[in-house]
Amino acid sequence: MLQITNLHANVGDQPILKGLTLSLGAGEIHAIMGPNGAGKSTLGYVLSGRPGYEVTEGEVWFTPHVFPGEGRGPEPKTEDSSAALDPGLRRGTQGPINLLDLEPHERAAAGLFLGFQYPVEIPGVSNVQFLREALNAQRKNRGEAPLSGAEFLKVAREQAGALGMDMDMLKRPVNVGFSGGEKKRNEMVQMGIINPALAILDETDSGLDIDALRIVGDGINRIMRKPDKAVLLITHYQRLLDYVKPDFVHVLADGRITRSGGPELALELEREGYRELAA
Amino acid sequence: MGTATLPTRGDEAWRYSDIDALARAWPLPAAECVVVPADGHFARTIFQNSGSVHTLDIAIGTGATAAIHILNIGGEYGRVELNVTLHEGADFKLGAVQIGGGNQNLEIITTVTHAEPSATSSQIVRSVLAGTATGTYLGKVAVARDAQLTDSVQSVKAMLLDRSATANAKPELEIYADDVKCAHGCAIGELDPMGLFYLQARGIAPADAKKLMLQAFVAGVFEGAADEEMLTEAALKKLGDLV
Repeated sequence: MLQITNLHANVGDQPILKGLTLSLGAGEIHAIMGPNGAGKSTLGYVLSGRPGYEVTEGEVWFTPHVFPGEGRGPEPKTEDSSAALDPGLRRGTQGPINLLDLEPHERAAAGLFLGFQYPVEIPGVSNVQFLREALNAQRKNRGEAPLSGAEFLKVAREQAGALGMDMDMLKRPVNVGFSGGEKKRNEMVQMGIINPALAILDETDSGLDIDALRIVGDGINRIMRKPDKAVLLITHYQRLLDYVKPDFVHVLADGRITRSGGPELALELEREGYRELAA
Repeated sequence: MGTATLPTRGDEAWRYSDIDALARAWPLPAAECVVVPADGHFARTIFQNSGSVHTLDIAIGTGATAAIHILNIGGEYGRVELNVTLHEGADFKLGAVQIGGGNQNLEIITTVTHAEPSATSSQIVRSVLAGTATGTYLGKVAVARDAQLTDSVQSVKAMLLDRSATANAKPELEIYADDVKCAHGCAIGELDPMGLFYLQARGIAPADAKKLMLQAFVAGVFEGAADEEMLTEAALKKLGDLV
């Protein structure tokens, strides 16, 4: 579903990613662990297209469920004439697209979701308005009909309820006055509503108390543990992995993956620390 | 206004004005004068959409109220000037938005005089400027010697969409009484790039993300206006043209 090959990226003039290679298949959950400053958050930002994060080398190919048709997206690499949707759109799971050629909003429409480590406060814009606009922009980009206000509220109510967030919070301005835990929970409500194919969750577990951690973990499993989806969990700690069992664990150190393994690697890291393993 | 001859930029109230455009519009129409009788209420919307100069002098009588809403968006040069005098216990409210792009020069000038005790005034001004546009707010609040218990608030914010745009803001207090509450806040900024990225990462196209944030920036200013819907719609349309 996601193939990252020899990815190099700079923030300003500073090289952060230095030849990162990683492959995520559909139905898989991968955890990336690593010391501070290794480039974990940079990886999330580069994949979602944050301005100022410049890719200098390497490739990222992504296979979406439905290909974005609008905007300045590239032509798909492989010809696929089957079951055309609207002009410019293709459905399928075969032909990967070059993720790095897409604008951030096109990547979102293609099915990529970044759970922010520090969700941003947007004064004056209500959660409901923001999410409805976001969801419908993605649907439009994929050639799907927009959801009506009532349809949207039904979905929003379900997702908020499942994450123990009341509707009043959804009506408040995006993340304004939310506690750290509420912001992270709000990220998961957004993920539930948007229902992406690939989620990159950047330290979604930080700032959560034990109960909230379990609720968020359950949310990730419920929304993303599907045969046609994949998750990249960026975390410092083993504890989230008790709730969301990864299929693969990778160590990211100094801008590249230095070690990969199964879930037992996370336990080993917790015991031994990064220094031994990152070398 | 009392200006018989064409002002120059040496005049404080015309310091940032487009004098050439002003010269073409000269002589200006006479100021409109309104007297709100004691305990009366006056409301007015000024929608400046064609490049013109409006001057409104309002005297608000004892216990009376006045609410003015301004949307200043049209023409190469648009100016709205308010001269307000409050008598005892009177209340004045201003909600103003100016949105300019291209080479527009837009300004709102207010002089609010608390002549007698216990009057209240509240002014909210929001400017959004793109291109090489200039937006100016000069707002003076004067509190007379006997005007105790005056309560006055000014909230002035400007958003620059391009580094080439200009915002001038001068909230000004002149207080001769000693038991008054006068608050003013003034901020000039740019759209938060992290906020924009957050909206885009959720699927909203860049122009729509900007529009959403700007909509939030001017939201609420027209609250209570009889023409609230028309003003909001016109403001959003103008914002849509700029992003």
